[in-house]
Amino acid sequence: MKRLEVLKTYKLYIGGEFPRTESGRYYTPTGRNDAQLGNICLSSRKDFRNAVVAARSAVGGWAGRSAFNRSQILYRIGEMLEGRKAQFVDELYRQGVSQAAAKKEVEEAIDICVYYAGWCDKYQQVFSAVNPVASSHFNFSVYEPVGVVAAIAPESSGLSGVISTVMPIIAGGNSCVLLASEKRPLCSITLGEVLATSDLPGGVVNILTGNREELFSNIISHKDVNALVASDLSDVDRASAQTESVHNLKRLILHKDELLGAESPYLILDTQEVKTTWHPIEASIAGGGKY
Amino acid sequence: MPSKTKKPKASWKLSPALESTAQVDIATRYKNYIDGSWVAPSEGKYFPTKNPATGKKLSEVAKSTQPDVDLAVKAARKAYDEVWSQITPRERGKYLFRIARLIQERAREFAIIETLDGGKPIRESRDVDIPLAANHFFYYAGWADKLEYAFPNRKVAPIGVAGQIIPWNFPLLMAAWKIAPALATGNTVVLKPAETTPLTALKLAELFSDAGLPDGVVNIVTGDGTTGAELANHPGVDKIAFTGSTEVGKSIQKSAAGSNKRLTLELGGKAANIILEDAPIDQAVEGVVNGIYFNQGHVCCAGSRLFVQESVYEEVIQKLKQRIDTLIVGDPLDKNTDIGAINSREQLKTIQKYIKIGIKEGADLYQPECELSTVGSWCPPTLFTNVAQSSVIAQEEIFGPVLAAQTFRTVPEVIEKANNTPYGLAAGVWCDKGARLFQLTNALDAGVVWGNTYNQFDPTSPFGGYKESGFGREGGLHGLSAYLHTSSH
Repeated sequence: MKRLEVLKTYKLYIGGEFPRTESGRYYTPTGRNDAQLGNICLSSRKDFRNAVVAARSAVGGWAGRSAFNRSQILYRIGEMLEGRKAQFVDELYRQGVSQAAAKKEVEEAIDICVYYAGWCDKYQQVFSAVNPVASSHFNFSVYEPVGVVAAIAPESSGLSGVISTVMPIIAGGNSCVLLASEKRPLCSITLGEVLATSDLPGGVVNILTGNREELFSNIISHKDVNALVASDLSDVDRASAQTESVHNLKRLILHKDELLGAESPYLILDTQEVKTTWHPIEASIAGGGKY
Repeated sequence: MPSKTKKPKASWKLSPALESTAQVDIATRYKNYIDGSWVAPSEGKYFPTKNPATGKKLSEVAKSTQPDVDLAVKAARKAYDEVWSQITPRERGKYLFRIARLIQERAREFAIIETLDGGKPIRESRDVDIPLAANHFFYYAGWADKLEYAFPNRKVAPIGVAGQIIPWNFPLLMAAWKIAPALATGNTVVLKPAETTPLTALKLAELFSDAGLPDGVVNIVTGDGTTGAELANHPGVDKIAFTGSTEVGKSIQKSAAGSNKRLTLELGGKAANIILEDAPIDQAVEGVVNGIYFNQGHVCCAGSRLFVQESVYEEVIQKLKQRIDTLIVGDPLDKNTDIGAINSREQLKTIQKYIKIGIKEGADLYQPECELSTVGSWCPPTLFTNVAQSSVIAQEEIFGPVLAAQTFRTVPEVIEKANNTPYGLAAGVWCDKGARLFQLTNALDAGVVWGNTYNQFDPTSPFGGYKESGFGREGGLHGLSAYLHTSSH
């Protein structure tokens, strides 16, 4: 007799835990040959708010980690992804991607994790500045994470878009609430399981599935979200993001091209603030001390 | 009414030391500066610009409407396409060096006009505003041919026509902050000076002509908020740079929504100035005075919230009151003056409204006895003690010489209180222990943090806010990106 396969219940990832949507709602996207992918949580506004609360409480601790520690944790995410390669390839395949393309996409995603792991303790060195002010002050500008970042994964991609969107956000010490691709949510859901076993503190990345149209206005108007990263918004959505985000002057990082496989330290800087600190230097002996 | 201590008058007075206005040349009327010429506004209307210290009219300037803005934007576009994008970056830079030199040569004249038009003490316009404006041009001049070094592994390109709207608190300095980086990066400019302080920007236009800057590279149109809105909404503008109130900044972002315009906003603030118990108290008091009463408190990064650790609170407040008593409120042209005229009647009303609110909320008011002129707009240096965290005067930007003092016991408490505001422009910390100082400067959500100093500015030092104080930086290397497209090779 053929063994009965154990199917997975697809859930959200909020604050390091795997709850179902509080709304009890679901949707059933289809993949290859119109096969149903499963009952996927249709997240509500309340779920989004809960995720923001989790992200807010996690961001201080994550930003406070040493850059080296963040680097190791991002590398660990790559390790965990590698270990689950077969599962991600299978999920991409079920969502309509060819075996060969799926394998390439997963390998690329793993390498992106490694790429950003390396940046965690380097972008500050490359892009900070000591500013030679004319007065007797020590003056320097450094990057600090903007805080809680909402991210909308590109709709067309199951994994590459998600990784390309999330990694630069967390590499820079932000926390993140990610809305998965509506039609291709499986890898985002599984990514939660990867993150949960990667030493990434709960709440640093929170993953919701659901309907973008329904959640969009909640995302852009939420006053405790500091920035929004998205890369495939319609012109109408771009305009409404620009209008609604003024409530708390959310930083909008609205890429015109989908973030697929993108690798750049400038994507880290997108969700950073520049802080400049001044401190007096006591005047030394006339003519300068050591010269 | 709470304690308003009467102080015995000093038995002596400083003799007036008035700056001479002999060399100052202000025309009776200014048209717009468009495409290198002075162009009358299309509706032929002008409005007066007054000396806030006397209420007397200094000159009148064009009241610009949509056709005027349109003309200026078209001139800027033409200059961008035909001239400014064609010359080499090094030549661009050399024009800016020239402009910097011309400002330095005529610095005193500019300082006097700034003081006449805006009401700020001549000491400040002479020693801060004008030199910094010149330095800003000089600093960005040198960037023009070195931009690729600022953005490793990127290709940079100018954005096009920049529409720039500036406030009345640092008229020439804000013009320099906007124009210098825009030109250095290869953009052309339409600038709208503030309604109440247009004169130094118009005088700057004279320098552009003297420098031989190609026609249309910088255009200046004067007017009120509606002129600014016309500029921000003009479809020919590729980039908007705005400094002003959070309210107006938000409305500009809304009206630009859906366009491809790039936007930077430098908006309001409610900066915390924090004194810890081990701080050098005399220095800290001096810094607090400079932090809030500099430029009559018309400063977006003004240290308008004072937090003093409980153990030194009495001492700090006593010394602060003593110091406030010595501040001289008076003729902005007098070199002895510490606090000049409030920039406009409207702003004075706003400040007075907040002072009434502070009293009504139960805070204790302290103002020194000082004779205020019966003409012009004036406000004595004002201190509120016993202010609650929830008080309106501790929450909202007043933009005047009004300080709201609170106490705290622990460092985590003051971090929490200082960050509990929608603003995030600036903060100050006074503390003798380096480790604790940097703990605080790290933890404060603000774009600029002064440790054991306050209100320092420099062209090399990026300025700009977190949260609702806006986005983007002006000054320094980081100020370049607001005016460039960057792309991978």
